[in-house]
This record gives sequence, structure tokens and C-alpha cells, in this order.
Amino acid sequence: MKEITWKTQIKKNTKKLAIWTFLWTSSMALAVYGPKLIWAENVALTIIAVIINALLGVGMILMNIKYLNSLDDLQKKIQLEAMGIALGAGVVGGLSYSLLYETHLITKDVEISFLVIFISVTYLVSILIGQKRYK
Amino acid sequence: MKNRLKVLRAERDMTQADLANELSVSRQTINAIEKGKFDPSLPLAFKMSKLFQLPIELIFENEEIKKSI
Repeated sequence: MKEITWKTQIKKNTKKLAIWTFLWTSSMALAVYGPKLIWAENVALTIIAVIINALLGVGMILMNIKYLNSLDDLQKKIQLEAMGIALGAGVVGGLSYSLLYETHLITKDVEISFLVIFISVTYLVSILIGQKRYK
Repeated sequence: MKNRLKVLRAERDMTQADLANELSVSRQTINAIEKGKFDPSLPLAFKMSKLFQLPIELIFENEEIKKSI
């Protein structure tokens, strides 16, 4: 019964986190493409879209904290290590690239989205490695 | 840190899943603790102590402290 309760709670929180993430990414898409494709560069609507996106982002962060707190000791450790690696790789990788660009050793400037993708992939790979290590 | 979790579990005829269920953790966590790959938090150690009705030091053995004595 306890297992069902605990596992159900984790499943519930995972589902809620997925919903918040979906809402946040959807609102991001709306804020990016809305001005050109839907409301013809209306400034007021663009500001509203950006505020909604930021508020949903805060909701997603709070839900993520709730999700992490519902995990057990080992899962928290795996998450912590993965987040540490992803954040470190993002900062070091991002700044190294920036340094190469500033010193003109690289001429191609990249979008911030590449850094987000890099951090996300590093995080996912780190989670998989962590899961395997403690199997 | 060494522990007697596997022995204590076997004495009570419990599977890893049973123990995980009692402690509200994943089976993977129990397996990692038994293999010495992961040390539990103090609250989890106290839960184990309560479940097995044994003091924590009879479940876990800190080799560094043991050496220094």
C-alpha cells in the first residue's frame, strides 16, 4: 500500500511537471511566433505573451522543486549529480565558446538555444549514466 | 560504508521490493545500499532502524571510525 502511495505520488508529480513544461514551451512558442504570425506585432499582446511565459516558467520551476523533493535519496543524488554536470558543462562550454568567439578564433556566433540544447542533452546523458551506475 | 541490510532482510524473508515498499523508496535504492554503492540519509537510516528494531550502528558499520578507535 505504501509503495503504491509513494510511486503514485512520484507519477503524479512527474505528470504535473510534464504539463507545466509543456505549457511553458507552448507559451514560449506563442511569444516567439505570435507577434509575426498571429497579432501582427501588437506590442501590448507581445508583452502579455512574454509575462505569461515568465509566469508559467516560475510555475514550472516550483513544480520541479516539488518533483525533486518527492524523489527518494538515491534518485535525488542522481538528479543532483546530473544537474551539477549539466550546469558545469553549460557554463564552462558556453564561456569557452564565447572566449573563442571574442578572440576571433571562431567566427560563427551561435544562438542561446544551442546552449540550452547542450545543457539538456548533457543532463539527460548524465541521468542515464547515473541510473546505470547505481543499478 | 558496510551494512548488514541484506542479512537482516534475508532473516525476515523479505525481498528487496518488500523492503523498498516498507521504506517508501525504490528497489534500486535498496540494491545500491546493499552493494555499498550508496549511503542512505539519516532519516532513511532511522527508518531502517525502526523497521528492524535495531540501533543504527548494528545495521551500518563506519570503517573509518572503526579504524580510528
